Amino acid sequence: MTHELNARGPAAGSPKTATREAYGKALVELGRARPDVVVLDADLSKSTMTARFAREFPDRFYNVGIAEQNLMGTAAGLALGGLTPFASTFAVFAAGRAYDQVRQSIAYPGLNVKICATHAGITVGADGATHQAIEDIALMRVLPNMTVIVPADDVETEQAVKTAASHEGPVYIRLGRHPVPRVTPEGYEFEVGKATVLRQGDDVALVACGIGVSIALSAAEMLAARGIRAAVLNVSTIKPLDARTIVSAAERCGRVVTIEEHSTIGGLGGAVCELLSERRPVAVRRVGVPDVFGQSGPPDELLRFYGLTPENVVSAVEEMEGR
Amino acid sequence: MNAERRAAGRGGTGVISDRRAEYLEEKARLIRRRVIEMTAAAGSGHPGGSLSSADIIAALYFHVMRIDPGNPGWEDRDRFVLSKGHAAPALYAALAERGFFDPSELVTLRRTGSRLQGHPDCRKLPGIEASAGSLGQGLSLANGIALAGRLRGKSYRVFVLLGDGECQEGQVWEAAMSAAHWKLGNLAAFVDCNGLQIDGPVEEVMSLKSPAEKFRAFGWNVLEIDGHDARQIVEAVEAAGRAKGVPTVAVAHTVKGRGVSFMENQVDWHGKAPSPEQAERALRELGEGRSLR
Repeated sequence: MTHELNARGPAAGSPKTATREAYGKALVELGRARPDVVVLDADLSKSTMTARFAREFPDRFYNVGIAEQNLMGTAAGLALGGLTPFASTFAVFAAGRAYDQVRQSIAYPGLNVKICATHAGITVGADGATHQAIEDIALMRVLPNMTVIVPADDVETEQAVKTAASHEGPVYIRLGRHPVPRVTPEGYEFEVGKATVLRQGDDVALVACGIGVSIALSAAEMLAARGIRAAVLNVSTIKPLDARTIVSAAERCGRVVTIEEHSTIGGLGGAVCELLSERRPVAVRRVGVPDVFGQSGPPDELLRFYGLTPENVVSAVEEMEGR
Repeated sequence: MNAERRAAGRGGTGVISDRRAEYLEEKARLIRRRVIEMTAAAGSGHPGGSLSSADIIAALYFHVMRIDPGNPGWEDRDRFVLSKGHAAPALYAALAERGFFDPSELVTLRRTGSRLQGHPDCRKLPGIEASAGSLGQGLSLANGIALAGRLRGKSYRVFVLLGDGECQEGQVWEAAMSAAHWKLGNLAAFVDCNGLQIDGPVEEVMSLKSPAEKFRAFGWNVLEIDGHDARQIVEAVEAAGRAKGVPTVAVAHTVKGRGVSFMENQVDWHGKAPSPEQAERALRELGEGRSLR
């Protein structure tokens, strides 16, 4: 699915929206349509944007206080009781603090809990490393039964959240605090397990998720100016991975660069390497947080500091060219 | 002492008849026999804490709970969450005796491919309401099930069984805080206080001081009972039903390994299976019963 409109990359000056904002909006719409949807938070409802749902549906909102283990356990119990719970907190707490509860109480019994974790990645900004989840994709995708989704923009977030509500079983949706440009094409329809080719190209495949997608689109534009035709894939479902689309892009391009706001270990880059090393070994470079914790700073500055820039993606491609 | 407690609380008449109490004692005895047979057959498992909780599980499954073994997914059924998942043999024995599955399956405990996993798996075995094993998580699950019942206008009740050692897990207290905050009157918890955990007496490993006082401080309706007295167990459930808008916990004083002389109060029997000879001796002590084999 190619959309020429997006071939220019995210237009400068186009409105940016944080995916957490889109989540808050989608939850309210879900609440109106689905009486079985309940929402839980751990004292961060104003930040995760579940507060909007809480205002409209106070009877279906449970604030557990600062107790993430109990957040996940209670959500699991609500699912056992036949409801469709959405549990929210920051990604670092959802995937880290409550990991055993997610593993034992949600993933193992395959319960219908939707974990919507906001403030993922280094673009949390000034709060620093303790609040910046750079390992959550890795932690969540190793759990059997777990579906892992990283929406790229507001449109995809809304669709992913609504799709998750109708998707039986545990789902982890990774959301951000930092506003991101819209990258999904007009008429886009999210499907679990389906990657989207946002831009066609035969020289290199840029495989990205989340904020990495807009970085990849900008990089593709810069590469085009140098005569390198880059394909751009939005892999919004990390698990199950869309093997067909990724392998086919690797076959066509022969080279792959992954881009994600996550550790280069175990996330999208890791998943793509696992897949391609078995199915279609090609050269791969992983752009992401290089096995270090984050730090305080303005989000855009941190993205530059850790190399999450179109320029760095271009360098990775050129480095492979020189091989 | 038990008789005095009853007399004080009930004007001299128990909440259940002597015949009913004897019936529940008999069910608990059968569960204990099964625990011995199952763990001996498996060569591993947790007899100590299964034996200590047998009377509570028997009273719930053979007197208290509204359940239908022919329809384990019945929406209005009462729910039981075994938070101390290692007592699974006692729960499996109760479920089989109650007709959820054929008792002949009990000897498959802990075998590859068995529905009777070392710790309960709600996806495998009918009648298991929640998977458990990693301690401290069951009360949160029970809270969620109770909240769902209230939101959906269901009249079912939720029961949960914790261990005293398990109460060292912080999540128990997160959940205890929540149950009272949410006024979960449809929830009743039992704490099987057998006083022992893997590394020794709870009091020595990490003293809880008084679990009753802790639950009371969080706003629960708290009872202290003899966890081997069917009358007191049933009375606690009745008292929980009368306490509106507040969760009830019965801090149940029990003996680890109860019913088998050489296992009683012996920490080694927390997680060790009896040898065939030991099992034979234990079964003789527990009295007549149809063998599984």
